[in-house]
Amino acid sequence: MSMIFGVPLAVLSGQLLIGIINGAFYALLSLGLAVIFGLLKIINFAHGAMYMLGAMTTVLMFDYLGVNYWVALLLAPLLVGAFGVAIEYFLLRRIAGQDHIYSLLLTFGIALIISGVLVNWFGVSGLRYAMPDMFKGGVNLGFMFMPYYRAWVIVAALVVCFGTWFVIEKTKLGAYLRAGTEDSQLMQGFGINVPLLISLTYGFGVALAAFAGVLAAPIYSVTPVMGSATLITVFAVVVIGGMGSIGGAIITGILMGVIEGLTKTFYPPASSAVIFLVMVLVLMFRPSGLFGKEA
Amino acid sequence: MTMMKKLLTSAVASAMMASGAQAAISNDTVKIGYLADMSGTYRDLAGPNGLKALEMAIADFGGQVNGAKIEVVSADDRNSPDTSSSTVRRWVENEDVDLVAGMVASSVSIAVSKILEENDRLGIISGSAASSITNEHCTPNHIHYVYDTYPLANGTASAVVKEGGKTWYMLTADYAFGHALEGDVTRVVEANGGEIVGTVRHPFPTQDFSSFILQAQASGADVIGLANAGADTTNAITTASEFGVTQSGQTLAALLLFLTDVHALGAQTAQGIQLTTGWYWDMNDETREWSDRFMEETGVRPTMVHAGIYSSTMQYLNAVDATGSDDAQTVRKQMMDTPINDMFAKNGKIRVDGRMVHDMYLAEVKTPAESKNEWDLYKILRTIPAEESYRPLSESKCKLVNN
Repeated sequence: MSMIFGVPLAVLSGQLLIGIINGAFYALLSLGLAVIFGLLKIINFAHGAMYMLGAMTTVLMFDYLGVNYWVALLLAPLLVGAFGVAIEYFLLRRIAGQDHIYSLLLTFGIALIISGVLVNWFGVSGLRYAMPDMFKGGVNLGFMFMPYYRAWVIVAALVVCFGTWFVIEKTKLGAYLRAGTEDSQLMQGFGINVPLLISLTYGFGVALAAFAGVLAAPIYSVTPVMGSATLITVFAVVVIGGMGSIGGAIITGILMGVIEGLTKTFYPPASSAVIFLVMVLVLMFRPSGLFGKEA
Repeated sequence: MTMMKKLLTSAVASAMMASGAQAAISNDTVKIGYLADMSGTYRDLAGPNGLKALEMAIADFGGQVNGAKIEVVSADDRNSPDTSSSTVRRWVENEDVDLVAGMVASSVSIAVSKILEENDRLGIISGSAASSITNEHCTPNHIHYVYDTYPLANGTASAVVKEGGKTWYMLTADYAFGHALEGDVTRVVEANGGEIVGTVRHPFPTQDFSSFILQAQASGADVIGLANAGADTTNAITTASEFGVTQSGQTLAALLLFLTDVHALGAQTAQGIQLTTGWYWDMNDETREWSDRFMEETGVRPTMVHAGIYSSTMQYLNAVDATGSDDAQTVRKQMMDTPINDMFAKNGKIRVDGRMVHDMYLAEVKTPAESKNEWDLYKILRTIPAEESYRPLSESKCKLVNN
């Protein structure tokens, strides 16, 4: 068997694929963050909590109401998104225009409260969520066993990422959004309801996190603390990609998934640190991120 | 009857000894500090319900000991040796805490026991796993009560090797506990004629195990050994079943599983997994009676750690009562001299290195058909006698043992 740095090629191909799958998660999560920061200039520390809420809602809706996976895929992001709109309307709006640190602290506090309350109710051992029947099993690709569900994760994440990028960068609605946050008074003068637009944008960004949560529910242990570790990594991804760059967040997400996956193969103990190492390097040589506009 | 007599004589003897040493309870208060992960990965196996178990023991004891009142303080260790060290330093230096109980992450226990030794206070560790806690890290100031990695490896790994699992691939949590467990498993596997063919040390905690499971699959080993705990273990098991590990003929050996982990996985996913435990709630009338009371308080069945916290607190209070002292060495000596016979252990004994040795159990997770309710999860396959379970003193590297 051919080897690369002592690792069989077959193993390496498997690890690349796994990296892309994990990267798809990072892409979805960092996309939501980038949308919220890029358009609203809010540093959303509640993003991990929203991801967790997406997963928890999926499990709880199934346990208590029998709602199946496909309905949850639509309903959980809608519910969490609506919750996000409420947060924006009742809380974030009051500190609009202040320094970034205010929104950072406020959303961080919200995240702590949400996960603290849920830990009290559900503990941290994790809730069970069965894999949907149609995704059970997988296919042998020769170099690895590919569970059907992981293949679905790539497809679903990429479609949603591309769709979001397209709407924001290429459609009229996206243009309103970008213009509304650039000069809201002018846009209001044109008869566009900017406050509503802002609420909906925050809700949408949060819904993206919840969508990733639903995707995660069948494969990861669903607990109220699942968001906190993920959040830090995803922030690093956004910083590497360039705060607020939508396309940058997607590409960097997948790239970081792959880099992390390769580290897990060659030197596993460093796998939790490698993304931060990349972040340090990027900040040293390109402070505005790989895809950020030079300030 | 002879049992009773023995107890009485030892109580009288130690009472005399204690009065000779002019013992007294400082500040007329016995203060217990409960330190555990209250909010992170290891919360459910000890956590707030462990505090409940401790309070149950104090209430059952009567709320006071030898005329002195019993106070409890508690703190979240955040799984951080640094945070825990500063908490315990404050407790013993400024707040007169006599006993530190609970303690889960092994790295926390090792750090805290050093501070207890400096200040000559007592610690009873119920949650931690690393056998190094009473080996190279032993101090005259702590007791390790419920289980450790030595019997976990002895029980589970030797059973798996004897069933034909000769080659092992280890997934190890990259900190003190994982390293200790990996070392103990390696010893047992090799002693039984098996071989470790590969090891991955993964960061703690890790959410996505797919990359590691893939490497373990590629190794072609008979057994994938999980030397980790809590959410790491449940995530690894879930991912292994997703990636078809068992269908491809490999066995999964989870070396440390708590009842709460198995409950989270459910009988469907976890069925057939063998594990070693220090205690199970559904073993006899005594364990069931206490577990029913615990469940009334908390709504869940107790883990071995919860039961151990209750039992060790009782032992501690009995020792304070018998000696009339809360001095660490006096109480520890009394606890070592008194065999433990309660719902947690029969003929348990605290050795000079601080290890409480007692029978351990090899269990198997029931199938969904066998399991009558959500907490009916284990069948006990074998009792591993105390003397077979733990590291013999003759192999000890502890400074308190003359080897």
